[in-house]
Amino acid sequence: MERTLKIASGHGLHARPAKMFTQAVTASGHRVTIGRPDGKAVNAASILSIIAAGFENGDEVVLTVEGDDSEKVLDDLTDFLTTDHDEAAE
Amino acid sequence: MIEVQELVGVGIGTGIVVGPVLHASRQAAAAPTDAASTIGAEAELDRARTALAAVSQQLRERAEAADEATRDVLEAQALMTEDPALLDGVEAGLASGVTAEKAVADAFAEFAALLADAGEYFAERAADLHDLSDRAVAVLQGRSTDLVVDPGHPYVLVARDLAPADTAVLDLDRVLAFVTSEGGPTSHTAILARQRGIVALVGAGGVESLPDGTQVIVDAERGRVFVDPDAAELADAEARIAAREAEASAPAGPGALADGTPVKLLANLGKPGEAKGAVEMGAEGVGLFRTEFLFLDSADAPTVEEQTESYREVLEAFPGKRVVVRLLDAGADKPLAFLSPGEEENPALGKRGLRALRASEQVLQDQLTALAAADAATDAELWVMAPMVATVEETRFVTRAIHEAGIPVAGVMVEIPSVALIADRVLAQTDFASIGTNDLTQYTMAADRQLGSVAALQDPWHPAVLRLVSEVGAAGAASGKPVGVCGEAAADPLLAVVLAGLGVTSLSMSPTALSDVRVSLARYSMDDARAIAHAALAASEAADAREAARAAADTTTAGKIPA
Repeated sequence: MERTLKIASGHGLHARPAKMFTQAVTASGHRVTIGRPDGKAVNAASILSIIAAGFENGDEVVLTVEGDDSEKVLDDLTDFLTTDHDEAAE
Repeated sequence: MIEVQELVGVGIGTGIVVGPVLHASRQAAAAPTDAASTIGAEAELDRARTALAAVSQQLRERAEAADEATRDVLEAQALMTEDPALLDGVEAGLASGVTAEKAVADAFAEFAALLADAGEYFAERAADLHDLSDRAVAVLQGRSTDLVVDPGHPYVLVARDLAPADTAVLDLDRVLAFVTSEGGPTSHTAILARQRGIVALVGAGGVESLPDGTQVIVDAERGRVFVDPDAAELADAEARIAAREAEASAPAGPGALADGTPVKLLANLGKPGEAKGAVEMGAEGVGLFRTEFLFLDSADAPTVEEQTESYREVLEAFPGKRVVVRLLDAGADKPLAFLSPGEEENPALGKRGLRALRASEQVLQDQLTALAAADAATDAELWVMAPMVATVEETRFVTRAIHEAGIPVAGVMVEIPSVALIADRVLAQTDFASIGTNDLTQYTMAADRQLGSVAALQDPWHPAVLRLVSEVGAAGAASGKPVGVCGEAAADPLLAVVLAGLGVTSLSMSPTALSDVRVSLARYSMDDARAIAHAALAASEAADAREAARAAADTTTAGKIPA
């Protein structure tokens, strides 16, 4: 199952948001990939691949989730990516 | 062997020490070779997994004992060590028959190379990966993962770079100085050195070739390491160390240039509780009291009574002295629930600072009422200024509002180039100006302060920024009105001299920087400071401006520093 969405985390998927996102993916227990619509999809549980991909605020990404309950996992991860996690930081 | 006499780097602070070199032993180990494995890929993969898990476990343990910011970094590093894509890379490398040491080092290096060229933020993550690779290889080679083996005496720690995981467990009492071959003024090493008052030189290429035990002088002020100094060089260093100690232990007088021209040294404060420490460190008052702390995390604005109490606490700590309070600076990096301008495409260019206050005038009136009440109850000299002022009309508006509240001294912050460029007309409408160099640099260079990828542009030494400062300084001198600087720039001992030379009459900074800046100002006369400022203004790039100022400063002080 896949979904296309726009990242809305203030400074993109770097640093803390990247860490939190990877942790959320790992906790889901599902195989999840993330990539740009025309680009290569990477393992979303890999913090290194995510940082290297350099996803920025406003970027369109495609999330795919395999396995049971994938709709619910997709919903949760979409929520994460469309929330600003840098807002509280000084 | 090549005779190295002198190494150049970026000095942090102005300290100087003499001591023996000790290399970070983990980093100094030989790189893994591509010798063939004798136990087979399967067994090597097990070794690699075990080693990576051990490193990750150690990072998590250190994270638990660390402060919050360090914990975030260490947890992210633990995740990088456990990264599935990294392990895929290790497995692919092992297929060619190499050892686990080699495959792990290569897999980390591959990701580091991907990140190294993609801007400053990514380059820092690449440094993280070098460190993690060193750790994992050390485990595989059966060596200690500790950065140094305590030699039992004080030493100058030499490393490629220092990682939070290392410094979290390092005995800093033994460390005379840090010298790193990589890293810049914003690296973890530099930040730690500033916090702990440790002498440091970063980006000193070539330092790794010095053998352990080599005697060196680390001179942060001149940005140099002198290797195997002779008796005369040693005597010079000892004299300067003694002079610095005497200066530091002398009672902190008011800030002034060598010819007696006063340059007030003030503190930046973010909470009332910080006032006492600032007084102890010799602050002559407060140049920037940020009031956002009262408003953050609250759904509604605090009451007039709550605010009065907080302002009073600060004013009481500075009887008879100046305390400059900045009106609420909401928006951009400090969004407040009750003053939210709604969705903005570019919040740094949106309804922030004074613009937000004008849209919620009750918040402005309440804050002014509370400030006036606190002023009436204490003996400090209260000055109030507005953030994010862009026009003469705004200057007139806010100056009148502050005066009407019964506060006699009103001013504006110079953060937007527009007000710097017509500073004469702005100062004609208000009592003083205070330059916020962080935002002024951000708006002059069009480089988001919070974006690591453009961090290189965020340098207050840029001649374009200095020229704007000189406009404001000249307008201040012509009108006889005070011009201050509150921002990181004021804390840089050499840049502080440049600012004084440009006509700035007070400098406000973190209290820990006061002592170094005071000593630096006292070395130069007003004529020296003008010459140094002139050299910096004439440069084309930030780095050139810094170098030109340093060269001009060395010329003016030749023969003045005790030999």
